Amino acid sequence: MTVEKPRIGVYICDCGLNILGVVDVPAVVRYAATFDNVVAAKEYKYMCSDPGQDLIKKDIKELKLNRVVVASCTPTLHERTFRTTVSTAGLNPFLFHMVNIREAVSWVTVDKKRATEKAKILVKAGVMRVTLQEPLEPKTEPVAPGILVIGGGIAGIHASLALANAGTKVHLVEREPSIGGNMARFDKTFPTLDCSSCILTPKMTTLKVHPNINLYSYSEVVGVEGYVGNFDVTIERKPRYVNEELCIGCLKCIEACVFKDARFPNDFDLGLAKRKPIYIPFPQAVPTKVLIDPDDCLFLKLGKCKQTCVDACEKDAIDFEQKPERVNLKVGSIIVATGFKTFDPTRKPQYGYGVLPNVFTALEAERLLSPTGPTEGIPLLKDGTMPKTIGIIHCIGSRDENTNVYCSKVCCMYSLKLAHLVKERTGAEVYNFYIDMRTTGKGYEEFYKKLLEEGVRFVRGRVAELTTAPLSPGEKGKLIVRVEDTLAGYVRRIPVDMAILSVGLEPQNDAQELRRMLNLSCGKEGFLMELHPKLAPVSTATDGIYIAGACQGPKDIPDTVAQAGAAASEALALVHRGMVEIEPYVAVTNEDLCSGCQICVGLCPYFAIEYDAEKKVSRVKDVMCKGCGVCVAACPSGAIDQKHFRDAFVLAEVAGVI
Amino acid sequence: MKEYLYYPGCSLKGVGSPYEQSLLSTFGKLGIKLTEIADWNCCGATAYLSVDANMAIVLAARNLAIAERSDGHDIVAPCSGCFLSLTKAKEMLEKYPELRAKVTEALGRANLKYLGHSKVRHPLEVLMTDIGTKELKKLITRPLKNLRVVPYYGCAILRPYQAVGDPHAPKVLEEMIGLAGATPVDYPYKGRCCGGMLTSGVQTVGLRLAEILLEAAKSAQADVIVTTCPLCNYNLECYQEKLRKSTGKDLGVPVIYFTQMLGLAMGLSREEVGLDRMLRTPAVAEVTA
Amino acid sequence: MDLARTIKYEEELDQQFAERIASEPGGEGIWNCIQCGTCSAICPVSIYMDKTPRRIIGLIRAGFKEEVLASISPWICTSCYSCTVECPAKIKITDIMFVVKRMAMQQKSHRRFIIADIEEEFVKMVRKNGRLTESKMGIKVARKAGIGNLLSMVPLAWNLMRHDRLKLFHTERMTNVDELRTILRAMEAGPRVTLPAKPPVIPTGHHQEVTA
Repeated sequence: MTVEKPRIGVYICDCGLNILGVVDVPAVVRYAATFDNVVAAKEYKYMCSDPGQDLIKKDIKELKLNRVVVASCTPTLHERTFRTTVSTAGLNPFLFHMVNIREAVSWVTVDKKRATEKAKILVKAGVMRVTLQEPLEPKTEPVAPGILVIGGGIAGIHASLALANAGTKVHLVEREPSIGGNMARFDKTFPTLDCSSCILTPKMTTLKVHPNINLYSYSEVVGVEGYVGNFDVTIERKPRYVNEELCIGCLKCIEACVFKDARFPNDFDLGLAKRKPIYIPFPQAVPTKVLIDPDDCLFLKLGKCKQTCVDACEKDAIDFEQKPERVNLKVGSIIVATGFKTFDPTRKPQYGYGVLPNVFTALEAERLLSPTGPTEGIPLLKDGTMPKTIGIIHCIGSRDENTNVYCSKVCCMYSLKLAHLVKERTGAEVYNFYIDMRTTGKGYEEFYKKLLEEGVRFVRGRVAELTTAPLSPGEKGKLIVRVEDTLAGYVRRIPVDMAILSVGLEPQNDAQELRRMLNLSCGKEGFLMELHPKLAPVSTATDGIYIAGACQGPKDIPDTVAQAGAAASEALALVHRGMVEIEPYVAVTNEDLCSGCQICVGLCPYFAIEYDAEKKVSRVKDVMCKGCGVCVAACPSGAIDQKHFRDAFVLAEVAGVI
Repeated sequence: MKEYLYYPGCSLKGVGSPYEQSLLSTFGKLGIKLTEIADWNCCGATAYLSVDANMAIVLAARNLAIAERSDGHDIVAPCSGCFLSLTKAKEMLEKYPELRAKVTEALGRANLKYLGHSKVRHPLEVLMTDIGTKELKKLITRPLKNLRVVPYYGCAILRPYQAVGDPHAPKVLEEMIGLAGATPVDYPYKGRCCGGMLTSGVQTVGLRLAEILLEAAKSAQADVIVTTCPLCNYNLECYQEKLRKSTGKDLGVPVIYFTQMLGLAMGLSREEVGLDRMLRTPAVAEVTA
Repeated sequence: MDLARTIKYEEELDQQFAERIASEPGGEGIWNCIQCGTCSAICPVSIYMDKTPRRIIGLIRAGFKEEVLASISPWICTSCYSCTVECPAKIKITDIMFVVKRMAMQQKSHRRFIIADIEEEFVKMVRKNGRLTESKMGIKVARKAGIGNLLSMVPLAWNLMRHDRLKLFHTERMTNVDELRTILRAMEAGPRVTLPAKPPVIPTGHHQEVTA
């Protein structure tokens, strides 16, 4: 508490017409001038501008102000600005208070008289509060030097490399046995038709050998505690039943396995190909280490097997005793890059996925087109023959009030790409059924033009259903697409041999679980929420945690990589500074009033309160306190107060309103 | 003892009377009491809605108001069309207070009150939900072995009020066919329109719709089609001869009500379910007994 | 050579028409239509319509009142609700078809379709007897459809009678038809209830935001 008499300066902003257009600012100024201890009450067009700030600074010096109130927009926007202004002029920034008369008054009140009244009341309350405020010093805390990246798809890989190249230690956690994510499954990428693996695997191998990157593959983040600059992360490493240090990826064990034929669905090929119980997800997997599925392996399931794999392994790397392992890390910031999953077309039975023959999702089509896929790059029908007609159906699950309302952004482009590739490989007649053609990126419209010239048939109409019930001789044995060709103005029935469903993008199945662990928000559709849709696309409302790529919303590879770089740079800023400034809103115990009941100790989510058994009082550990206020509210003796939010301040503000 | 109110609708007293007959006999065998709503009036169907929406609602509302006078029993509306009209009226009265006010006033002139708590249900749903497959299976004494049955739901039971689940993948009729000992046929047109009230007026269109449905039943080697609505039954049953003349195709498939099928499987006689009143009956040993 | 001129200038279109349809329950959806054509594709009878359901919505929005009210499309609609269920914008297309039918009925100057006549006969019979007698209705329909139609229905009628499904001289009638008529008249009397397109929202205090 200061000893001098308060000398308060009150500044009311017009904010152009944002506030002045509704609130009678001069009247509020005149009213403010009548309060006790107010030495200056002024109006200015844009308080946050340089001249506006200079006005405050000048008054602090000349009028010897020791308290400042600015009534303008929301503190979320400019509290920091004005605190800096005030401290530049030599006044402690916590002797400043901001009153919101824009978002809270002028932007939400229609009646001008009522708006002015409300503004007056709020300014009075603010002045009464600031009178009691005390100077505080901001807390700084050291930032732990490592960064955690969750998700090893292209976003996670790019972010990790960017950070590692800047000299930071990166811990990359990927739950699949290999990094690469969905991009590793694609055949070619649009619009350049680059081979997806060819552009991805160099990054994967660079990552593999980078000295600054610790890759935890086949692992999941199971717990995150702490706060910005100091996150305590628990990772669970799932057992491969193969010692990663010893395995050299020679694959002799797979050859030797007692199962002569592969018979278990391979996850990487989305079940279209089979593998043995001991396997590697795909040839270019990183790390190039084998793993064993405990549900398929005879020894792990039934306890009985010749263990020919063990015999074949020259490095003695197989270890059936392996258990899940927990690793604890301390990191300064976290980047979430967990990617997407595709819409499950069984939710739309009209398209016959899983019921009618030769209906594939776009991702399955990628595997069929991949040279390393189950059909070596030729999209064959289930019976092994070549399709003569293929229908690619856009907007499956997207732009639909019954499933997902949003447009998944990439499907038009990937549908065009698939059209090009299937036509190239099979020479079939290809139809694309679309509602709109969304080709907005660089080179995308040109790609569409190229497709138009390649003889792919475009029908503008949303497909209502696929059926195998023929109504004409030409339809027997085919999949029939029923659609209105809206451009020609006729309903058509088009028989195809194979249908490819352009499924939309959705958040991962466990996105909600993950985000709760990290205390992140999500939007209506479940994608992780950025701090600001325009100006802060990779940061979140939780300090120190950043998001990048499709987990934030459907997007293509260029945008994903851009976001990954952005997140890396923002995460790096924290670690680079080496310290983080934390607002000093810590709780403070009055040991005279404390009865030693310890209610606060158990309630503190940060374990920041300790009980002194000798003196029989509880005490807040400044360093750990995050200023959440739970203990302040819970204390039955009123012995805990919160700096900058002392009971006295809050009550004064309330008194001002009443 | 289970008890329901029964709203027959105009069709079940006319050409659809075998439906009423088999409904009453099967429900009777199950020990369920069905009480016909006193002096019911036409539900309005789709025709009235094309002329005057508010009147259509009040027509339906009168039946609901009468039903509500007796002890809160659910209303069973076997005709899918009536089921739709009554449910639609309930929805409109629920959503629009001004409509409800006017309807209340109009009904008040006849000392009737619409309270809104009556539930309208289709007997197929009632049997599968309130009785359940386990109980029904116990009562099957004459499984209709080797009978290939087309599960034809029609539109109104599926859309828009989804009386029996997802309109794209309904299952209950197949389940009922299965528990009756018969084989449900894999049918692509379970919920495709039979033509409804269009067939009588615009025969070319109606006949084509019936042709598609019947031809698919024939190619699936079905012995019989079961229906849940008297209008569907009529459209599929009664134009087969006409179709033979105009297309040259033999589309003679028996079309009966699901209650008739269930009744036979439960051991009721052909007379009791009104089977011989249908224009064609399935020629399979179990059923001819 | 007589060529049709198909331009319609803005003053010849009727924006009030679009507003009127949009103001009826279910009609407000017309503004959400993205013209995807799913309705036309799933409709079992769209191939018989002169204008597919998608086109009808497009014409309504643009104000082509004459064209829409003169179209046979809503009369071919069987109210199967497939379009309503499939529409990705959840537009109540079936209800919109009913709105158009009602409007067309009121505009007596329009070309009459047999279905309109049949539906009016239906209404008359219900007002008279409280219920429909199918045999009598069948005769009325067949008469409207032409003498050929009437004659072709005779074998069927005979077949149904033989199977005890048709009682020729029986009229299905309520006991207290007067009560029904009182109610109907009361409903018709007084100012017409026009319903807003969107039903009034009854506040339930339910929060819709999704946050951490």
